[in-house]
This record gives sequence, C-alpha cells and structure tokens, in this order.
Amino acid sequence: MSDAAVYIDDLDFSYPGQSQLFISHLHLEVKAGERFGLFGPNGAGKTTLMSLMTGLRPYHAGIIRLLGKEIRPHDKSISPLFGFVPQDLSFYHELSPVENLEFFGAWSGLKRETIRRRTKELLEMLGLMDVRNKPIRQFSGGMKRRVNLAIAVIHQPRILFLDEPTVGVDIQTRHAIIEYLKKLNAQGTTLIYTSHQLAEAEELCDSVALIDEGRIIVRDGLDQLLAAHQQDGLEGLFLKLTGKAYRD
Amino acid sequence: MFKLWASIKKDFRIMTRDRVGLILIFAMPILLVIVITSVQNSTFELVNANKIKMVIDNRDTGVAGRQFVEAIEKVGMFQVYFISGQRSDTALKQSMHARNALLAIVIPANFTAQVFAKAKNITSRSLKDIAVQEDSVQAPPEKMEGIRLYYHPVLQESFRRSIEGALFSSLQLVQSKQIVRNLYFALHEQTIADTLEDEIVNNQIPVTAVPVSRDGSRNIPNATQHNVPAWTIFAMFFIVISLASGVVREKRNGSFIRLKTLPTNYYLALLSKQITYVGLTFVQAAVIFMIGIWLFPHVGLPKLDLPGDIVGLFLVTLVCGCCAASYAICIGVFAETQEQANGFGAVSVVILAALGGLLVPSFAMPAAFQGIMKISPLHWCLEAYYGLFLEGGKLKDIWLNILSLLVITGLLQLLTLWGLKRKNLI
Repeated sequence: MSDAAVYIDDLDFSYPGQSQLFISHLHLEVKAGERFGLFGPNGAGKTTLMSLMTGLRPYHAGIIRLLGKEIRPHDKSISPLFGFVPQDLSFYHELSPVENLEFFGAWSGLKRETIRRRTKELLEMLGLMDVRNKPIRQFSGGMKRRVNLAIAVIHQPRILFLDEPTVGVDIQTRHAIIEYLKKLNAQGTTLIYTSHQLAEAEELCDSVALIDEGRIIVRDGLDQLLAAHQQDGLEGLFLKLTGKAYRD
Repeated sequence: MFKLWASIKKDFRIMTRDRVGLILIFAMPILLVIVITSVQNSTFELVNANKIKMVIDNRDTGVAGRQFVEAIEKVGMFQVYFISGQRSDTALKQSMHARNALLAIVIPANFTAQVFAKAKNITSRSLKDIAVQEDSVQAPPEKMEGIRLYYHPVLQESFRRSIEGALFSSLQLVQSKQIVRNLYFALHEQTIADTLEDEIVNNQIPVTAVPVSRDGSRNIPNATQHNVPAWTIFAMFFIVISLASGVVREKRNGSFIRLKTLPTNYYLALLSKQITYVGLTFVQAAVIFMIGIWLFPHVGLPKLDLPGDIVGLFLVTLVCGCCAASYAICIGVFAETQEQANGFGAVSVVILAALGGLLVPSFAMPAAFQGIMKISPLHWCLEAYYGLFLEGGKLKDIWLNILSLLVITGLLQLLTLWGLKRKNLI
C-alpha cells in the first residue's frame, strides 16, 4: 500500500434514492508509475469509479487513498496530486487555449510565472502554438481534445485520470496524445485510463482491470492476463469475461 | 487573490464576448428608458408646463361675460381660442377637434342678465336681513341657463375636477364683484371705487405652497427624473439573462466538473461573477445616466439632474448591483437549462418590476399589493433612487431602503448556498 498511487478497499457506493449498491466491497490498487487501464461494458461502473477516485462523488463506505492521502468529502487538499481529463470537453469554449490555461492554472494553485512557462511548454508539445490566442469554439475536435489534456496536466500532477481522452479524434491526434501520455508516464506520472478503444489501450496500458456490475472481475498485467486467458488481444479477453449480450 | 483575479478576468472575457447578451443588457433598457420617458414626458408636460387648449363661445355681449373670460385667462391654465356666433353642438365639437382643444365652454347670451339678477337678489336679501331695506327683495331668476362645459374624455377625472374648480372660481369672481357693487351702492348711494372693489374681491388670505422635498428644492418632477432611475434598476436586474445562463452553461458544459476537482472552492467562482457583474451594473447605470444628462436635452426631453449626494448615489447603485447579481446567480444555480434561466429570469424581473412600482406607481396599486411589493428588491431600489433623485434626500434618508436591500441580498445568497449544497455542486 505504501507505494500505491491509488488504494481502494471495501468501497461501497449507491446513487441517491437507490437502495441497491452500485459498487459493492470493491478493492483495487494501482502502483505509482503504472499505466493502468480500467475497462468494462457500458454501465459497468467505470465512470462512477473514476468520479469516486477524483472526489467528484462522495462514497458511503470503505476507503480511497491517493498517494497515501484519504479522499474525504469537501477536502480539497488532495486535488493538487491529480489531474483529470473528463470525457466531456471541460473548458470555456469562448476563451483561447492561453486564457483557459491561465485560469485553470491559477485555480490549480500555480504562480503566474509557472503558468506562463507551462503554457508555452504544453502548447508547443501538443501542437497548439499557432492557435493559442483563438477562441476554442473555432477548433476541430482533435484540437479541443488536446486542450482538454493540456489543462489537466498544467500543474504536473503525479496521477492523471483519463476518461475516454481520445474519443472522436483522428489517427494523428490519437497517436500524438498516446505518445504524450507515454512521455508523461516516463517522467513519473501514474496514468489511470478508461476507454472503449481497446487497441489504443493495448498500446498504452501495462496493467488492466475489468469491471462489471460494480465489481472488479480481473486485475493484472496486460501480458499476464492475455496469457492466462489464452487471448491475442484485449477485445477477445473483454468478450470472454463479460459476454456478448447488450448491456444498455 | 491571484485566483480571484484570474477568475474575474475569465468572467469578464466571457461576458464581453457574449455580444447578444451585451446587446440585451444595454440596448433594451436604453431603448425602454428613451421610449417610455418620451411617452410620459408629454403627459407630464400637459400637467406641468403646457396650457390646456380651450375654445370659448361667448354669446353674451354684456360686461359679466367679458369679465368671466378675463378671469379665465388670468387663471393661467388655459390657452384660449374664441369662436363667435350661435353654433350648434356639432359645430362646437368640430371646432374643438380642429384646434386639438380638450375643453370648450359656451357662455349663454343672457349671462350678464343672469349674473345681475342673481346679484340683485342676493343683495336685497342681505339688506333685508340687516333691515336696511324692507319689502324690496327681488324674486330669484326663474331658470338660469348656466355655463356649458365640453371636455375631451381623455381628461382624467381628477384633472377635470381641478379645471371645473378653476372655472367656478372665475365665475364666483364675476358674481362677487356684482354683489359687492350692488351692496355698496345700496349703502352709500354711489359707485364703489375700483381699488376698494379689488381689495374686497381679490385680496384673499394668501396660501403659501411649501415643497416637501428633503432638500427643500422646488424641482418639478418630470418624466426623466422618474424614468431614468426606474429603468436603470430594470437594466441592472436584466443581467439575469447573461449571468444566470452563464452559471447554467458552466454547470452543464463540463468546465464545472473540472472546477470541482481543483483545489479551489466554487464560492470563489461565484464571488468573481458577483464582482464582474456588479461592475457591469455600474457601467449600465453610468451609460443610462449619461444618456439622461447628455442625450435627452438634444431630443427634446428634460435633462437628468443627478442628486446632490453622489456618495449616496454610488452606494445605492452598488447595493442594487449586488442584489441584482445575487438574484441572477440564484436563478442560475436552480435552473437546469439555459432556456429555463433566460425564460424565468426575464419574466420574473418584469413581474418584480411591476410589483416594485416601476411600471405603475406603488401608491396607485391595490391595497393587497402594498404588502406584496415589499418582497420585490426592485421596490427598495426604486424607493432609494427616488429618495435621492426626486426628494433630494441624502444617505440618512434612505438607509432603511438600503438595509432592506441588504437583507434581500443576504437571503438570496443563503438560498444559493442551499441550492448548491442540495444539488451537490459544492
């Protein structure tokens, strides 16, 4: 537990007004520096678990710790430890990338000089320098996804949660984002990733877990899991463990 | 502090890039203030400045008819047009329409004879009472034709009564003169001197009119002094269109999810919006006041006179702006969609404006509404502004209005806080 980036034990959660637990007695541990993928069918609990890990929803029982610090309701002291790339584009479309990074950088607790330096670095790294002062509403889907990512990492978090970070983007943008995420991981950032893009997940993740009906079905290194279940890829493993029936 | 500054900059940028919102916030109230002031100005001028056009058909050739016309002219309320000849009712009405006259009077041909007969009768009865004359009482005139007054139905009841009062005074003057002459002649057997007659008839106990404005000024209220403060308040509360939908947009477009994961409290975002939009309300007030001062005189409207207590004006504007921003944020927190925020926001501001006395003066409202209007923040804003603009008051005269506004603002912020917690937004 001491070197865990994420430690979850005996976690219970139910949505308001529902008596049945949506997540029940869940246990999960992600080591620092891992590129961890969380997969499951629609409604399995991926996004809910991501919300619980980022403190967006309060949980009822159990414990969630990020780098040893427990997540408590309304406790913002843990926020600087992680960054979050939500599936929805989470920024102000009326503003430019520079203006968005300036605002979210300040709200992340950075100083003016640091924001300026990090903004320049990120815009260059993610290929947004030429459009840095244009309103984001004029951008393509791929450019918007890169801005979404840049905002999440401006404060150089030690853990980065990514919920479908490449949905709706072209091959080039997907490739650029995956390469950037690998680079971040090489610098020590733990990645907690969820997506339906299983080929992309195979490229990025070194360990995975499958969640279904609010429970972790399997959790191991990607290669070990594929070997244990005699599968060539994640898609086969996914279908073998969760079945082929519709879930929504 | 840096976080707050960054947030204010963000809100300012978003606000200024919402051009449609800005047009609504500025153009609509400016149009309203110009149009409604222009419309009301003609009514104010009718009462305060303009003379009422009156057609007089004097069919009497005697002295009393002439004196009556002179007395009417001396009243100073009327712009008199004379027509002559025995005209029918229809012709008289046509003459009124042709001259845009609201009034017409017909003095009958035997008016002088009637006045003389009545005066003689009253004189005889008076002299009999004091036993100067005996058996000389004249029989009263059998049937008096009287003056006929025609009026346009547009004249309000109270205004028509004041006109009738002025006419009766003029008539009374003519009759009194004749009675005094008769009495004097009966007692002294000579004609009364003009100076003495004037002393008796015209020298009344004076009535001194004292204005009750707080600063003792005699400024006549005009459409500008009424409408500019009223529609400035309306403009301030109309920021609900931009601010409430901005809060909803932030909640729904995903940026709010990210804000919740950052090490900063969302209250700071609300404080930033409060500051940014209070700044906007100041700009609105300044623009509308400047229009009243600089533009209105060029379009034939009375110039806006700013109150003497500028500190009071600043404070009232600040508190009104705070209340307006709090109201808009509260609506934004509870609304689920931008359509809800815009629809409810705009309609509720119009209703609160009506309740608050912006559309109809509060004193003219039914008794049931006299209590309800106190829940409208616009009522307290208007009372505070009127205290400064119309009554020449100072801060000490309007502190109760400011206190009421602060209480409403506090309640709105508590409601917002409750809404944020209930919706798990903080």
